[in-house]
Amino acid sequence: MIDIQAIRKDFPILNQKTYNHQIVYFDNAATSQKPQIVIDTTNEYYLKYNSNIHRGVHYLSEKMTEAYENARKTVKSFINAKFQHEIIFTSGTTESINLVAFTFGEKYIFENDEIIISQNEHHSNIVPWQMVCERKGAKIKVLPLQYNGELDLNAYKKLFNDKTKIVAVNHASNSLGTINNIETIIKIAHEHNVPVLIDGAQGIQHQIVDVQQLDCDFYTFSGHKIYGPTGTGVLYGKEKWLNEMPPYKGGGDMIKTVTFEKTTYNDLPLKYEAGTANFVGAIGLSAAIKYVEIIGMKNIIEYEEMLFKYLKEKISKVPEIRIYGTATNKICLISFLLGKIHHFDTGMMLDKMDIAVRTGNHCNQPTMQFYGIEGTVRASLTYYNTIEEIDYFIDSLIKVKQLFG
Amino acid sequence: MSIEQAQEQIVEEFSEYPDWMEKYTYLIELSKVLQGFKEEYRNTQNLIIGCQSQVWLQAEYVDKKINFYADSDAIITKGMVALLVRVLSNRTPDEIANAELWFIEKIGLNTHLSPTRSNGLASMVKQMKLYAIAYKTKYNV
Repeated sequence: MIDIQAIRKDFPILNQKTYNHQIVYFDNAATSQKPQIVIDTTNEYYLKYNSNIHRGVHYLSEKMTEAYENARKTVKSFINAKFQHEIIFTSGTTESINLVAFTFGEKYIFENDEIIISQNEHHSNIVPWQMVCERKGAKIKVLPLQYNGELDLNAYKKLFNDKTKIVAVNHASNSLGTINNIETIIKIAHEHNVPVLIDGAQGIQHQIVDVQQLDCDFYTFSGHKIYGPTGTGVLYGKEKWLNEMPPYKGGGDMIKTVTFEKTTYNDLPLKYEAGTANFVGAIGLSAAIKYVEIIGMKNIIEYEEMLFKYLKEKISKVPEIRIYGTATNKICLISFLLGKIHHFDTGMMLDKMDIAVRTGNHCNQPTMQFYGIEGTVRASLTYYNTIEEIDYFIDSLIKVKQLFG
Repeated sequence: MSIEQAQEQIVEEFSEYPDWMEKYTYLIELSKVLQGFKEEYRNTQNLIIGCQSQVWLQAEYVDKKINFYADSDAIITKGMVALLVRVLSNRTPDEIANAELWFIEKIGLNTHLSPTRSNGLASMVKQMKLYAIAYKTKYNV
């Protein structure tokens, strides 16, 4: 088991009062806090080594390039990719998905083709595919959601036909917390020779991800949700796809030669990294991943499961609680409404009691439509949260209930 | 009572509640003033969409004054809406268009009005002023 007090010391932001009470940060699905080592590493690289990568012959540039490429190595081994050049640094999950939707779409998707996405996706795993459909005259097929928050895999099997070109689903749901059975989802798609993109924005920080074992074709995630800097992200893609797909953005670094008649593109991974990359960000992300590795993903999972079990048990006893998403396999996230109280009112009152939660539709309007609600209150926890915080949260919920009657 | 006096009155009322819990309890109390919003007004034309909570605003021009009727699906927002209606309703278009609203900051609830708060309140104030300008132009007052 992890040493929670030692870990909390590594996250200075948690040791402050927002109003009267020490902050209880239960909005980790929106963004996670940064350990000191990420802040220090970022500072250090700006202080000592700042210089553009892949270009200079001088000392600083070489130092920075080396650190940037080492960051790629860290990501590669963290998700167990086969090759380092299968790791593309992006600005986040959204850019990673847009990159695949656009370039895969250019090469492989044509009129009347079909793309399968689930009914429980973040808007950033819906809209890029709709844009491909508009451009190419293709169609979205929806993998249906069941009331408990699990995807209907029997219905999924029936969605395939010879027009199906790609499947895009999330690893874990940002609005309901369901950990989807991506192993099976990938296996079924591959039986039909259809590649799969996994939106790992809520998966990477809570689950062990081995892209070779999963055999997914693409895996995307954001740095800021795994304790790294904002504006960083990763696209993992199998070499075969990344080589075959056309480039996304044009610019420096992604080319080999440029004349006005013809430009030849660079090899992977630089083919997809046009312009000056967020190299200090990538190095910060690498520090964040190393921090997670030191604590150990297995320990994190074990601790978060313990927290979730406790939270689930406690919250189920709050009068008139309505929980959305009751799948057996969930990350430590609960989406709920308190009787007839509007999610905004609950969120406002919790804020005044120094508890940070997210309220609204969580960029997940189709899921809210499925449940016939406007939004929920979402408490999303991670390994630096504690049992004591859950107790305070539950007491505060009861207060909110009393206040609004 | 002028807009200025109405604002001063609200500030005085809230000064009795220094504690945030009491302040919000009072806001909840105030929200009840808005009960009886006519269902026919709850339409998309009157809807001010916020990402978090929604506000419906109906304006009527009677005897050279604008009357506002409003509602919200969230109670805290509704309490704030009640205050805005109290200050700006039953006023001439000129008064509304020129009104400077300082009471919200004074009672410590200004975070609700900042444009980044997506509860529709900032849009509501804007909409009230737009009504005032529209009626001013329409009736040349």
